[in-house]
Amino acid sequence: MKLIVAIIRPEKLNDVLERLYRAEVRGLTVSRVVGHGGETEQVETYRGMTVKVELHEKVRLEIGVSEPFVEVTVGAILASARTGEVGDGKVFVLPVESVYRIRTGERDQAAVTPAEADAAER
Amino acid sequence: LLVLQAPAIVPAAIVPADTAWMLASTALVLLMTPAVAFFYGGLVRGKNALNTMMMCVGALAVVGVLWALLGYSLAFAGTARWVGNFRYAVLRDVGLEAHGTIPHLLFMAYQCTFAVVTATLIAGAVVERMRFGAFLAFIAAWSLVVYAPLAHWVWGGGWLAQLGVLDYAGGTVVHINAGIAAAVAAMLVGGRKDYGRQAMLPHNVPFVLLGTSLLYFGWFGFNAGSALAANAAAALAFTNTLLAPMAALAVWMALDAARTGRATAVGAATAIVIGLVVVTPAAGYVSPASALAMGALGAVPSYFAIVWRARTRLDDSLDVLAGHGIGGISGALLTGVFASAAWGGTDGLLHGHPAQLGLQAIGVVSTIAYSGAATFALLKLIELVLPLRTTTREEGLGMDITQHGEEAYAEGEGAVLVFHESAPALVPARSTLPTAGVA
Repeated sequence: MKLIVAIIRPEKLNDVLERLYRAEVRGLTVSRVVGHGGETEQVETYRGMTVKVELHEKVRLEIGVSEPFVEVTVGAILASARTGEVGDGKVFVLPVESVYRIRTGERDQAAVTPAEADAAER
Repeated sequence: LLVLQAPAIVPAAIVPADTAWMLASTALVLLMTPAVAFFYGGLVRGKNALNTMMMCVGALAVVGVLWALLGYSLAFAGTARWVGNFRYAVLRDVGLEAHGTIPHLLFMAYQCTFAVVTATLIAGAVVERMRFGAFLAFIAAWSLVVYAPLAHWVWGGGWLAQLGVLDYAGGTVVHINAGIAAAVAAMLVGGRKDYGRQAMLPHNVPFVLLGTSLLYFGWFGFNAGSALAANAAAALAFTNTLLAPMAALAVWMALDAARTGRATAVGAATAIVIGLVVVTPAAGYVSPASALAMGALGAVPSYFAIVWRARTRLDDSLDVLAGHGIGGISGALLTGVFASAAWGGTDGLLHGHPAQLGLQAIGVVSTIAYSGAATFALLKLIELVLPLRTTTREEGLGMDITQHGEEAYAEGEGAVLVFHESAPALVPARSTLPTAGVA
């Protein structure tokens, strides 16, 4: 099992979700975060005050997947979150020690398999 | 407006009471411009809130100034059939002399607020993707080429006025005109990149209701002020303006409830505006009972136009066509049905003068034809010089940051003050910022 953490542009979130859905990747957590990569500062002006905004709004996706879905998930994110400009974000793939489903107590492989699609190997 | 149609019977003396009411009315109508800004600003996504509001505020700068320089003259100088002349250009010959019973300058100022708010209405069709500069260029040209001649046709003694078409406060000049121009602009600018693919929700519905409240308030100046006097006609227009939106709201909530089981706040705001639009051409010509009927009947076509439009490819984003275009057409035609000589108009269909309905239809069709064709031509011309819409990337980032370099809801996180060359270099080095941690 792997935990995939992706930091993407907020305006690409819907594209990524759509692509993941089509790749049959279900079950994810989305959070709004701010951060800084290598992108150029965005300059804003408020009356006489000019500021450089160095922290940009990003969206973090966390997706727990079984091994066969790692490449599929990463591929879907890379394909849908890219604009080609600096600041598109990162995808991290982290090892996971174990996973439990709270409702049933199932662990690991069973816990990351969507409940409504038990037959589908995840 | 009962302007210049019978100048001979109007005493050429300034009446203080009339002047006082028109001073207040002018301020009331001016308030409608920021009201539209709040109404539209609440309906868009948060990343485009300032741009949407600036499209409305910006109209003050371009349309307002151009009105004083040239627009007023093209609309109100002379009694030619098609357009005014240059006599009042740069407000020459517009002084404190009596115009009806109020100072001429006050009449000009009152009309100025109409020109500005009409231009802001168009913004609703092109928000979230039209470039700010292109929009300002468009409404600048539009106010002179489309609005001013139409104002002349109806209020300046032009051909529609001579024909006997009834338009008390601007259903034709303001609402049908803006609604049709908006639809043409939405077509030429094209839909938003996410239109029909993603849900784009209003980011601040309380703003929509705030804008609606300010519009309702300002509209008393718009309609009751169109009497151009503090008299019984103003009281009638005021009452009708009060009642019609209430009836429209009742019908709208019932339709909402029948279709989806719930009455919505955005629907209520829309209904009130449509009720106001519908009663605008009739305000001083129909009985209060007729105003209630007009509000109730007028809500229906707009309601279904909004439901229908959302299923089409026409990204008239905030439904200016359904609200102001269809609402204005319903109002203009219903004026021909309900108008009554006993209440200050010309008798309409219900009072034994069906020809009035035909005249109203002529007003509607000619406005649609001129506004549609001239708007199309203007936008095509501007497109030769300025791209009308922003890039897909900038649209994704949001118009506030890309067009204005500001955010409506800035957190200030990570904002670093930029010092000017004269000041000591205190800009923190990059290394003091969190560059690791979050990607």
